[in-house]
Amino acid sequence: MKYKSVFDIIGPVMIGPSSSHTAGAARIGKMARELFGREPEWATISFYGSFAKTYKGHGTDVAIIGGIMDFETDDERIIQAREIAREKRIRIKIREEEALTDHPNTARIRLGDQNGEMELVGISIGGGKIEITELNGFALRLTGHHPAILVVHEDRFGAVAAVSKVLAESKINIGSMDVSRQDVGKMALMTIEVDEPVEDIVLEKLKMLPEVTQVTKIAD
Amino acid sequence: MFRNVAELVELAESQNKKISDIMIEQEVKVTNRTKEEVLAQMERNLKVMEEAVERGLAGVKSHSGLTGGDAVLLQQYIATGKSLSGDLLLDAVSKAVATNEVNAAMGTICATPTAGSAGVVPGTLFAVQNKLNPSREEKIRFLFTSGAFGFVVANNASISGAAGGCQAEVGSASGMAAAAIVEMAGGTPSQCAEAMAITLKNMLGLVCDPVAGLVEVPCVKRNAMGAANAMVAADMALAGITSRIPCDEVIDAMYKIGQTMPVALRETAMGGLAATPTGRELEAKIFGFSLDKKS
Repeated sequence: MKYKSVFDIIGPVMIGPSSSHTAGAARIGKMARELFGREPEWATISFYGSFAKTYKGHGTDVAIIGGIMDFETDDERIIQAREIAREKRIRIKIREEEALTDHPNTARIRLGDQNGEMELVGISIGGGKIEITELNGFALRLTGHHPAILVVHEDRFGAVAAVSKVLAESKINIGSMDVSRQDVGKMALMTIEVDEPVEDIVLEKLKMLPEVTQVTKIAD
Repeated sequence: MFRNVAELVELAESQNKKISDIMIEQEVKVTNRTKEEVLAQMERNLKVMEEAVERGLAGVKSHSGLTGGDAVLLQQYIATGKSLSGDLLLDAVSKAVATNEVNAAMGTICATPTAGSAGVVPGTLFAVQNKLNPSREEKIRFLFTSGAFGFVVANNASISGAAGGCQAEVGSASGMAAAAIVEMAGGTPSQCAEAMAITLKNMLGLVCDPVAGLVEVPCVKRNAMGAANAMVAADMALAGITSRIPCDEVIDAMYKIGQTMPVALRETAMGGLAATPTGRELEAKIFGFSLDKKS
């Protein structure tokens, strides 16, 4: 079941005109911002499929830029997102790609500043709901059937145990877990699907762990 | 958790409950919140819908200039007392249009189930309330009932125009609205499902062909027709008429039709009305180029 809440159907409250092209895009942008953990100095946004064909009319570009600046789907500043980004001196590049992707509404976002870069691929599956399918070249294997969290961490011993201990203490059962890394000792990624809804306080506890660099809820 | 309409109806009827009860109970369970919290969130969504209709009825204009003002025209026409299809039906239509005109103008709306189809559910709700005089809670329940049916469509077919055409958006919204009208009017859970099936059957094959890729033409008028369709189907179901094809099979048919629909007719602005000479002309006027040339 990809949709679990009635508010995925009756909602979100959002700035028009398109739930998948505007609200979904804003959410993909916001997810990128949360995973990057700070306001970037530049962003390159690539649109595929229906996104590439119709983003201007749907405000997909301004929505995704708004999301990158941490705006919610109903934030009226989305309409002026380009101007606001310019004032903040965030350099934005939009690319229309011809490549065919698995899902018609696909966006790839690269964010960066002097301290680092991040790349994420998100799809907008309808009604404002999104899925993240790739992060920094790691394919995310998510069923979409359960709440999921993403933990970016350093590849060292004890990291997985520390994260699973916090979840156990919070009475959250892990349904599936995928750990992948760029190279020994480098950045690594845990994709964890759980059975219970994850409260923000649990995310905060995970963020406090010394091995962990970033934590985000990617599906409710 | 219900997975299809048959299970939803069975759950409601075996426990002598309404569809909205089942949806509320499931939401409480899945999100681990209290009933009060869940009802309060829906109340906030209802408020957004009320404000959008109000704004649309006062008159809006989209940035492209393609849409806006039709809800006002309809209200003025209703006031003349000369309407042919009936004041209640046209009131639903005008309020659906009002919401979608606000959406097209990048105003604040509540997606039901999507933004492009956000007019149908509130449009019908705010029209039938004048006849049925529901309490605040009954209005909130209207949204849970429509949400329950939308939930089944989203999980078994699609509510995305890019994936399944406009049948997945305005079609789903109309079916959801029809079911909710039936519950508010005192119909049974089975009658809600019949209304959903009858509505959706009449929206099958509806293509998503937005002119210039904007959620304006034909989207706003399709919300109007979606609202009318929902009202008529709700009345049919309340009259005791059933759908020969069960609701879940209609939803499945919609899914399969969506999959076989060419990409040109799924929100790409490459076919249908978007590809007409006038569609291309409007597109060139708005963007200074044609999307067609780029494909």
